[in-house]
Amino acid sequence: MVVNTVNNEEVHIKEAQASTIENLISQSLRIGVGISALVIAIGFALLLFTGQTGYAGPFFPVKMGEILKGLIQLKPYAVIDVGLILLILTPVFRVAASVVVFWREKDYTYVIINLLVLLMLAVGFLAGKAG
Amino acid sequence: MISTATSLLILLGSILAGIFGALLGLGGGIIIIPFLTLALGLDIRYAIGASIVSIIATSSGAAAAFVRDRLTNIRIGMFLQIATTAGALTGAYISGLINARILYIIFALVLGYSALAMFQRRNIELPEGVVAHPLAQKLKLEGSYYDQVLGKRVDYTTTGIYPSFSIMYVAGVISGLLGIGSGIFKVMAMDMYMKLPMKVSTATSNFMIGVTAATSAGIYFARGDINPSIAAPVALGVLVGATLGSKLLVRLKNATIRKIFLPVLLYISLEMLIKGLRG
Repeated sequence: MVVNTVNNEEVHIKEAQASTIENLISQSLRIGVGISALVIAIGFALLLFTGQTGYAGPFFPVKMGEILKGLIQLKPYAVIDVGLILLILTPVFRVAASVVVFWREKDYTYVIINLLVLLMLAVGFLAGKAG
Repeated sequence: MISTATSLLILLGSILAGIFGALLGLGGGIIIIPFLTLALGLDIRYAIGASIVSIIATSSGAAAAFVRDRLTNIRIGMFLQIATTAGALTGAYISGLINARILYIIFALVLGYSALAMFQRRNIELPEGVVAHPLAQKLKLEGSYYDQVLGKRVDYTTTGIYPSFSIMYVAGVISGLLGIGSGIFKVMAMDMYMKLPMKVSTATSNFMIGVTAATSAGIYFARGDINPSIAAPVALGVLVGATLGSKLLVRLKNATIRKIFLPVLLYISLEMLIKGLRG
């Protein structure tokens, strides 16, 4: 009976730990999705209600400097673009958050696995810029 | 800029794409691209850009719920992600060196074969007699989730790690090279080789596709393929749809999801074959 109780306790502790990892990763996604959805929705509402894109003709900004300048002026396309960039960065943010979460749990195998993925993502982004 | 009516149509279509994407572990590109080009007559370039946004929105929107509910096996997802990102990089690198037509034909045949194999297993609710791979224990890839339909906790383990790791690499190469089909290969590998419950396969694929798409999203954005007036309603619609889909998945049987998945698998395999033959 005593052994059984100890085993049960171990199982509970393990489940509690697992739940922290999963809950934190779930939260990192929720934060990214929440913020980007809010920004996109504001930009989209501005676009629909003002009927203006903030730019001439079919043009839309793709360079960071231009987008940030447009954001300060609350140009609808620029606001949407900021939201889209935040959405694109959400999976990257999730991988980075996983590195931290597994580090805290001292699960170093998964720290290395997530670091490897992060490294390859960085290579992809840099290669994209160079190409 | 596109009209308000068109924007609202895109929003509605994207909700549908988000529901299916979340259920099946796919990005929703198979719905978004034909919807934007064939039904609304928009430029294919912007449709592909929007589908990248759709993949990330489906993945991030549904994964938050799936991870919390333990339907996603995060360790399997993270482990296999090494193979998919390495594959995506390879795909982007070799894209000029290889004949895409031959690849389309090969992958069409692979998907056709797996559709056949999946058809034979269409009524299987939960995998049985799976012998755990030694690596599965070392990497803590076993898992469990509470199945609302069966009303019980389902414990599962995994096998076939090497073949599925290889298919994940190929899935990454394809998405880097052709920009499509990364989700379908992921689900297929996890269902057929790792022998995971179908819901775990689609939820784990869902968890992974966002990262695969993010690898190339920067390139599409810088190239000006992501048009804000199209991508905004797509992102918002898909996020709503993915949230609905994540609520629906837990209420469906594993066998039902496999039956929805089968025709999609067959359709994509035929589409790839036609692209390969026509060139």
